Amino acid sequence: MMQTVLTVTAVVLSLAAAGAIVRIGRGPSLLDRVLAADVLLAIFGAALCIDMAVNRHLNNLMLLVAISLIGFVGSVTVARFVAERREGARES
Amino acid sequence: MSRKRISLRQELPLLVWLVFVWGALWQNFSPGNLLFGALIAVLVARIFYLPPVELGGRFNVLRAVPFALIFLGKVVAASFQVLYLAVVRGPDVVSAIVAVPLRSHSDLLVTATGHVISLIPGSLVVEVDRSTSTLYIHGINVRNAEDAAKLRKEVRDTEAGLIRIMGTKDELSALTQEIAA
Amino acid sequence: MNPETLIDAVSAVFMVIGALMSLAAAIGLLRFPDLMSRMHAATKPQVLGLFLLLAALGLQMRTWWVWPVLLVAWLFQLLTVPVSAHMVGRAGYRTKHLHPELLSSDELEAVVQKAAQQAATHGVDDD
Repeated sequence: MMQTVLTVTAVVLSLAAAGAIVRIGRGPSLLDRVLAADVLLAIFGAALCIDMAVNRHLNNLMLLVAISLIGFVGSVTVARFVAERREGARES
Repeated sequence: MSRKRISLRQELPLLVWLVFVWGALWQNFSPGNLLFGALIAVLVARIFYLPPVELGGRFNVLRAVPFALIFLGKVVAASFQVLYLAVVRGPDVVSAIVAVPLRSHSDLLVTATGHVISLIPGSLVVEVDRSTSTLYIHGINVRNAEDAAKLRKEVRDTEAGLIRIMGTKDELSALTQEIAA
Repeated sequence: MNPETLIDAVSAVFMVIGALMSLAAAIGLLRFPDLMSRMHAATKPQVLGLFLLLAALGLQMRTWWVWPVLLVAWLFQLLTVPVSAHMVGRAGYRTKHLHPELLSSDELEAVVQKAAQQAATHGVDDD
């Protein structure tokens, strides 16, 4: 049964990753791309989680936490940067 | 540098949380490990000093458990709502930005309400006005004033639930008066 | 049915639904018209998806001491996701990434304009 689950989730996650990558490429603005990159990281996290659950180990758990932290710090930084840059443009 | 002394009672929730994280990360809840974790937690809280979060001084567990369960149910509903909207509506989805004035002026409650609101169906916090404690919320699939009123009521109800769990006594009595009226 | 297969079945269902949540986020990203509604798609399914996958992992490990660390991982996500969504949304609103024709009402616009006028006259540095 685990083999079937692995196949199904692999297909679903690949489709999801493809969708997120399309949005990263097409995204009209920087913020759209950041959002899509965040989702892509979450999909990687999901893949790590499924690998751990199917093979019954916990080696990737800290990697999972690190990935979600990177997504958080990255999107906050970029959002901050975008807002700052516009404020600067208005003043000059 | 003047530091306001904080009582141990105020610091206790933070310390318990830090010890819990310590135990969880080591995956070891033996008394010795917890004791060492407590030592490190006290050291960290003393050295890396942050302004204390002003707690309401009460925490109602009997109210918190059902609230957490309902919250979990709403998280599930939120995901399926997004799935439904994405598949069925797609590009035609209409949203609105709604201003919701909150009752409480405490930072903790406004933050907690904002967090819960961002995770339940169809709402995200766009902007917070701290001086009047008003949340500006982006609601998805809000097509008319009726939907907006529903969203506003949802937010106010969430805040009422949080006040019942951990608001101060004044906020709680104000809330009961408002409901009785 | 013995408990082993039952636990396996439950965690299998959790894993499939958790993966579907990622797909829901991707479909939302592709189909929603503007940044704000895409933010809904990016944040909400992630939280449920990670919850289900961590629950499946906990069920598969069959030891109690993994549950606290899984809970901590989920709580961290619960705390960080609304913050980053709020930051992106705020930046998006301020840089006019909004399509007014997709909104049925906007109660923030008047407030922002008033604040901008005040800032222009007084030169107040607001944040």
